[in-house]
Amino acid sequence: MITRRDFIKYSMQGIAITAIPFTAMELLKPSGLLAAKDIKKIRWGFLVDTRKCVGCGMCVKACQLENEIPCDANVSRTWVERYVLLKDGRVLADSPKAARDGFISSSIEMGHGKYEDVKKEDIEKAFFVPKLCNQCENPPCVQVCPVGATYQTTDGVVLVDRKWCIGCGYCVMACPYGARFFHPVHHTAEKCNFCYHRITKGLKTACVQACPFGARLIGNINDPNDEVGRIIRTERVSVLKDEFGTKPQVYYLGLSKEVI
Amino acid sequence: MRSHIWRPLYVVIGIIFLALVIRGFVVPKSFGIHEKGYIYGWYNKADENFWKEVKVKYRSSEYCKDCHGNNLSLIKQTPHAVIQCENCHGPAIDHPENPAKLAIDKSREQCLRCHSYLPYPTSNRSKIKGIDPERHNSGVECIMCHNPHKPSLNSLRGLK
Ligand code: HEC
Ligand code: HEC
Ligand code: HEC
Ligand code: HEC
Repeated sequence: MITRRDFIKYSMQGIAITAIPFTAMELLKPSGLLAAKDIKKIRWGFLVDTRKCVGCGMCVKACQLENEIPCDANVSRTWVERYVLLKDGRVLADSPKAARDGFISSSIEMGHGKYEDVKKEDIEKAFFVPKLCNQCENPPCVQVCPVGATYQTTDGVVLVDRKWCIGCGYCVMACPYGARFFHPVHHTAEKCNFCYHRITKGLKTACVQACPFGARLIGNINDPNDEVGRIIRTERVSVLKDEFGTKPQVYYLGLSKEVI
Repeated sequence: MRSHIWRPLYVVIGIIFLALVIRGFVVPKSFGIHEKGYIYGWYNKADENFWKEVKVKYRSSEYCKDCHGNNLSLIKQTPHAVIQCENCHGPAIDHPENPAKLAIDKSREQCLRCHSYLPYPTSNRSKIKGIDPERHNSGVECIMCHNPHKPSLNSLRGLK
């Protein structure tokens, strides 16, 4: 004989137990795992020709204005590094204010407010290396995000969800390229996203457009007629920190072994 | 078993249930596992639109053609043709509606980005004519003597 009290009790339990798996399924649903493979689609790739860069920093300035990164904050989605290799074997490198004002002086920032002026006779070689997020095929920053606030789109770009980001900073730590930082206004993780609002409209990224010397190129590397794809396939390109297995999709021409 | 063993378990189950119910309301429908799988594609799909809808600010030199055609055709014949108008005048955004006028960067620093001499023979920087900013007419705007849209040394402005 079942009492009314028991009836209500058991039915509530029953509902509770059946309801749990319904919402829990959301977390573990494996659908879509298959879809990622072998569909012919867009994959954005980037090519940096370090031999063409003169260190004017127009790319950094354009990036900061386009993507609303306050200029006075010492952070940037893209930056340009200067490498000066001396005859005595020393390697000096700097990127004052991410090079948003270019490189006007030959004295090199050594950190802690110190500068070193190098003489022309002491220089073996010197060059500039533009850097940005590598939009890795295996992005470690996405793997470590505990809340699903950073993700890889189907066209290969890694984005950050500002509404979802809790600001834990794991991704900033996980990026081997130092491409991530905290947005000084939104206080969420921030990084280069290949100007996603521009490339999805058929425009070039702000930095590519701003570069007067063609040192930066962007394209769909899955497209057989694409310039960037063609150079990556047919010329000798390299990537940064290949040994990390992140499969970066920013390729470099004319990289030197000193560049890290 | 006795109820004092079951009771905490009910509480735990209740909390889990409550959490899942709240999650059902708080987490948007578009949040879940998408094409890139659990490791790389666990996110809110709707956020992609947030990034796609960011305002485009740099419009390229082509955009200026209709209204400032003479500046464009002038600079196109000079080595400064490679420099985007907006590199010196700032992003156009919706100019001339907003902003009505674009800035004019007359600072020496703007020119020195490319023209301050750096002793780097192995870099392309050395292919651009370099000056020593301390020695080359310091304290005066470069554009007093050089026309930024027509930098040719044959067409220097005014005083020499
Ligand atoms: C639809 C027409 C139009 C387009 C397109 C346009 N402008 Fe203008 N621009 C104007 C007008 C109108 C003014 C205001 C002139 C004035 O008040 O003296 C102006 C003013 C300016 C000024 C300030 C001139 C001064 O004397 O202070 C600059 C610099 C400028 N534009 C640059 C640009 C650049 C660079 C572009 C392309 C990215 C561009 N404009 C595109 C119409 C246009
Ligand atoms: C190297 C930097 C530089 C570039 C590139 C450049 N400008 Fe200028 N522009 C200047 C400077 C500096 C002035 C102020 C000139 C002066 O006062 O003598 C100026 C003035 C102007 C003016 C107002 C005065 C005038 O001549 O009508 C307009 C409009 C203008 N630029 C449009 C353009 C457009 C359009 C382009 C691209 C085709 C362009 N500028 C490219 C630096 C530049
Ligand atoms: C008082 C006028 C004046 C000012 C201001 C001025 N220049 Fe010049 N500049 C000249 C004259 C004259 C020449 C050509 C004679 C020479 O080589 O000194 C020249 C030459 C140059 C050259 C070519 C050098 C070469 O090797 O042929 C460059 C580049 C240059 N100036 C850039 C600048 C820049 C950048 C600024 C601002 C930081 C500037 N100038 C300010 C008058 C000026
Ligand atoms: C983005 C880099 C860049 C910027 C910024 C720039 N220039 Fe140039 N400039 C060049 C290049 C490239 C050349 C062509 C190579 C050469 O002759 O040096 C050139 C050439 C010149 C020349 C020599 C022209 C000749 O016929 O020999 C002068 C003078 C000059 N620029 C002045 C200026 C002035 C003044 C400014 C600032 C308003 C300026 N430049 C800003 C890149 C730049």
